[in-house]
Amino acid sequence: MSLSLDEVRHIAKLARLELAAGELEATQAKLNGIFSLIEEMQAVNTDGVEPMSHPQELAQRLRPDVVTETDRRAAFQAVAPQTEAGLYLVPKVIE
Amino acid sequence: MIDSSLKDIAAALRAKTVSAVELATDSLARIAARDGQINAFVTVDRDGALAAARAADARIAAGDAGPLTGIPLAHKDVFCTEGVLTTCGSKMLANFTSPYDAHVVSLLKAAGAVMVGKTNMDEFAMGSSNESSHSGPTRNPWDTSKVPGGSSGGSAAAVAARMVPIATGTDTGGSVRQPAALCGITGIKPTYGTVSRFGMIAYASSLDQGGAFARSAEDCALLLSAMMGHDPRDSTSLERSYDDCSAGLGQPLAGLRIGLPKEFFAEGMSADVRAAVDAAIAEYRKLGATLVEVSLPNARLAIPAYYVIAPAEASSNLSRFDGVRYGHRAAEYTDLNDMYCKSRAEGFGAEVKRRILVGTYVLSHGYYDAYYIKAQKLRRLIAQDFAAAFEHCDIIAGPTTPTVAYGLGEKTADPVQMYLGDIYTVAVNLAGLPGLSHPAGFGAGGLPVGLQLIGDYFSEARLLGAAHQFQQATDWHTRAPTVQEA
Repeated sequence: MSLSLDEVRHIAKLARLELAAGELEATQAKLNGIFSLIEEMQAVNTDGVEPMSHPQELAQRLRPDVVTETDRRAAFQAVAPQTEAGLYLVPKVIE
Repeated sequence: MIDSSLKDIAAALRAKTVSAVELATDSLARIAARDGQINAFVTVDRDGALAAARAADARIAAGDAGPLTGIPLAHKDVFCTEGVLTTCGSKMLANFTSPYDAHVVSLLKAAGAVMVGKTNMDEFAMGSSNESSHSGPTRNPWDTSKVPGGSSGGSAAAVAARMVPIATGTDTGGSVRQPAALCGITGIKPTYGTVSRFGMIAYASSLDQGGAFARSAEDCALLLSAMMGHDPRDSTSLERSYDDCSAGLGQPLAGLRIGLPKEFFAEGMSADVRAAVDAAIAEYRKLGATLVEVSLPNARLAIPAYYVIAPAEASSNLSRFDGVRYGHRAAEYTDLNDMYCKSRAEGFGAEVKRRILVGTYVLSHGYYDAYYIKAQKLRRLIAQDFAAAFEHCDIIAGPTTPTVAYGLGEKTADPVQMYLGDIYTVAVNLAGLPGLSHPAGFGAGGLPVGLQLIGDYFSEARLLGAAHQFQQATDWHTRAPTVQEA
């Protein structure tokens, strides 16, 4: 398989990554090199093999529904690009 | 003194022939003199180190010292450190000071280890040469025109250049074992789930695992023992009893069955690496181990499967970097979506972007089964191969890398060439097994060669014990590079 320029543009949009017009073709060439490596997988028959998502196959643990964290809002917001009155600021979303 | 074994340093601290402040001062002086050549450190925390060293000296005076109390150490910059810059090798986090400690960092603080700084790494741990770091490449202490390996290249180079005796790392596809091999030191990645990932900035969550670097297996065992353990804050952390990783150090090699995967020795290994690996295996045999041929027929599929699973998980994990709660935000944008796209385009480097794009594609509608599920099925076949091999042997041995360290810039133009260097390490991560690399001699250009040992689940003590027995009979691990001092 190989990705078209339109497909590269589409996945960049899905990934929220701006790609400059000048980067598109170089990105396409490198991604297609990677996909030709990945395609080697398809040569192997995996019918009936159960996918393995995790080496230890654990179920997620449950814990008692009690508060375990303290309020550290100030510390966490100290590393944010822009906050005001305890809120994270982003560009206006709804007119 | 910091060139001595951890056991000897701890004895000297208890005997008051050296203080933790003196050790920290020595380590900081070596960093000041040597790191201009190497660039192993992103951050050096002089004040924090000296304060921690004074606290360690107080503990030693009070008779409350453990094996790591007062020992200088460096953390890979992937581990969050409260109040200390945590960049993960990225412009995205170039100004990020973590509000909390990673679990591993908390454990080592509690053990009294003295953090002198944070080490350089491939951006978000994605790379095999340490060249994708926003802080510039780390250089191999054996030859500064060569790469140190990656992604934990800064930690490996810092230990190899004798700036610190021990350092932490992480290994998603070989990122502890490969730089350990290329820098001529010992490094271990334990069984998946044994070292908490809390506060360890995520790359590929089903593969990421913390690990340890030191000059010897004996010292690795002390560091790793302090890092392992259950942590309820990591949902994949295993609730079980954790063995002392030093427990196997005294076990002789007689009777140990070492499996040699025929696929690892068939092709791809350069002649100099082959010669050193063969000689190291012959030494194990001389020391009483028996050799058996085993087969890992699906090992060749590990690279394609890894380069689907890891980017898929990375694209999901790295979606958190949106310029809102932390990290880089673009200076100019038109609306919220444009702010996301520009902040991420500016904050991430080329390799990280490529992996996010590959991951986004393989998880996108219509391709999920053909790529992600297919790769997970191969992952099962690879794990089954190892299980079958361990019916015939106790540990598996082979090369860690196909070649010795290559030149800076040699593989950066072609990501696929870089990926192929991971051929012997990635299968271990896919299966979730423990693996270590220890020095096994030297190859072309006088550069170090590593021997990889792979064990069954939870066999860290056995792996470290085997490596320790080898290191009792050989002196490769004591060889140190000569680093030009400023």
